[in-house]
Amino acid sequence: MRPTVALFVPCYVDDFYPQTALATLEILEAQGFRVEYPQPQRCCGQPFINNGLLDEGRAFATSFADLFEAYDYVVAPSSSCIGTAKYRYEGLLEPERHRKLAPKLYELCEFLHDVVGPERLRLEHPFPHRVGLHNSCHALRELELARPSELMIPHFSKIEAVLSRIEGIEIVHPERDECCGFGGTFSVQESAVSAAMGRDRIADHRRQGVEIMAGVDLSCLMHMQGLARRDGTPMRFVHVAQILAGRVDFE
Amino acid sequence: MRSEESKFVDHFRNAEEFLKDPEQARWHDRALWFVRQKRDTAAASVPEWEELRRAAETIKAHTLEHLGYYLERFEERAQANGIEVLWAEDAAEFRRLVAEILQRHGASRVVKSKSMLTEECGLNPHLEARGIEVTDTDLGERIVQLAGDRPSHIVLPAIHLRKEQVAEIFSSHLHTDPSNADPSYLTRAAREHLRRKFLEADAAITGVNFALAEEGAFVVCTNEGNADLGTALPDLHIACMGLEKLIPSARDLGVFTRLLARSATGQAITAYTSHFRRPKPGGKLYLILVDDGRSALLQSSRRELLSCIRCGACMNTCPVYRRSGGHSYGTVVPGPIGSALAGTRDPGRYASLPFACSLCASCDLVCPVRIDLHQHLLDERQQTIRVPEYRGKVRGLKAAAFLLRHPRLYRQSIAALRWLLPRLPRSLIYNRFNLWGREREMPSPAPRSFSELYQARQGADNER
Repeated sequence: MRPTVALFVPCYVDDFYPQTALATLEILEAQGFRVEYPQPQRCCGQPFINNGLLDEGRAFATSFADLFEAYDYVVAPSSSCIGTAKYRYEGLLEPERHRKLAPKLYELCEFLHDVVGPERLRLEHPFPHRVGLHNSCHALRELELARPSELMIPHFSKIEAVLSRIEGIEIVHPERDECCGFGGTFSVQESAVSAAMGRDRIADHRRQGVEIMAGVDLSCLMHMQGLARRDGTPMRFVHVAQILAGRVDFE
Repeated sequence: MRSEESKFVDHFRNAEEFLKDPEQARWHDRALWFVRQKRDTAAASVPEWEELRRAAETIKAHTLEHLGYYLERFEERAQANGIEVLWAEDAAEFRRLVAEILQRHGASRVVKSKSMLTEECGLNPHLEARGIEVTDTDLGERIVQLAGDRPSHIVLPAIHLRKEQVAEIFSSHLHTDPSNADPSYLTRAAREHLRRKFLEADAAITGVNFALAEEGAFVVCTNEGNADLGTALPDLHIACMGLEKLIPSARDLGVFTRLLARSATGQAITAYTSHFRRPKPGGKLYLILVDDGRSALLQSSRRELLSCIRCGACMNTCPVYRRSGGHSYGTVVPGPIGSALAGTRDPGRYASLPFACSLCASCDLVCPVRIDLHQHLLDERQQTIRVPEYRGKVRGLKAAAFLLRHPRLYRQSIAALRWLLPRLPRSLIYNRFNLWGREREMPSPAPRSFSELYQARQGADNER
């Protein structure tokens, strides 16, 4: 029997970025998986856990486990939500429950890389563009999807390994692999520093001649998109899933 | 200083103030990122770098686990070497001990090399009030001292000042040409000025980077040789250390000296790594071991923070520190480690510091002793979110949690938002309560959510 993949769509992605969720569903199906979208889906609880409100966090952790623990795999187009369930639910769920749930959780590129394998990927849509890759912190330093510049270990990038299978794509890296400054409620509580960080990321990509920035976390991209729009900076933002599924529509 | 104890440090406001001078802020960010890059290059030159970090972490954890044993061992060996070992339970006792020693020896002019502990304990003002002149001999610290300012970084104390500002400070104190901001010119002026201070001094105070339990000796690392110059002439040397500076023996030292300078400034080793083992002939060497909250920390879940070797790498890499400056933290030790330590001292006063962090975790990965800094800050948020200042924030979060836990209600709210947003005038959306909209445009909800699109897709599938 084909393994079943449950699709987890982060709460804000559902309403603000449905194309990314749709793209994720299509790529997974194109690889031959049976994909289910169990409902009702709720927030992973990250904003509450990250603000020290563990009672609220526990409620979200429990409903997440209730909904997803029966599946073989749970995949989401977000490294920060997956990171939350994988690492921050520890202590919020019963240990045995968390131990069984955690290894089933994958960020999309991680899943395509580790479970399918980059060579076996079925990707049909070329993307002949120069694309700046924004490596989000949770992808780099929590899920370890690529080598962060701080660590003296051999270079690797699961995201790039997957994305580079796209015909015609030119992947460009910014000078710094620094945080974009979103950081959840950090973006409003420390809005001045947050905005300065985001503007610096955008400027870095612009210096590399990039006009399309791609990433695996829409929260980072939403923050930088908001800044670029306010400043009138010509930069377009797209989730990696949309490139993989050929679902890029720049309004 | 004590009267401010309960005053809330608002990191957000302080950072906003810092960023009002974008030119200076950009310079600060670039200067420290440059140091971070030098650190990367230096670390990359050591093939076993990550192993070295793990070794340092293990040695520190072991020493802290057996701190009582090593402290006794150290005291015994140091005394056998002729060092007079004293203990101070808190900052007040430490200040009193130093003042007493100096007064007993009739010392009124003191040269002091860098010691964050003396900053922590407010030593300088205490001594100055007793007619004792204290000269900080580290160049950065001297600049800050002349300016009547405070260090903003533990390794680069004057990093918040630019050379033009240093020229101004020097011109009013050392009578240099205020229009000459050439670093060589200014450094030469400082050197001449400090030479006089070294020659006149009748006592030296130093910090301690590493204390070796087995040998009863200690090591002071500087780049300017100012600890050596300071201790060379006077017969009196007072060394000050926090309890956590201990390592088991000289055999372990290499792990730390290899990590310290590379992590701090990207040098292979500090220019001077000076070993002190006994008083000079006819001289007197005191060593004061200061607790000041450290043994309480040792018993807590924050013990790991005592492993810190004060290299400053977490500050250089922290994107928030680089864009808000050391003073925005309102602490002696700023940045990630400073925020984590401040919470263990006064969680109410420093409640904003665990939130002055985007949880990017870069600090964890540069830390030479692998402290899980961002995890500590995250854990501290559980306490600090309860301060009165965050009552509104908590209420908002709880309301959001309620909404997100009730899918039907949530759907209805989003539907209302979808209808409302395009109809509202811009001035109403971007009001002063919209913290997101201060700096950025709002994202707009898509015409149809993924859930709706999925339902339609399933319906179409079923009809086929």
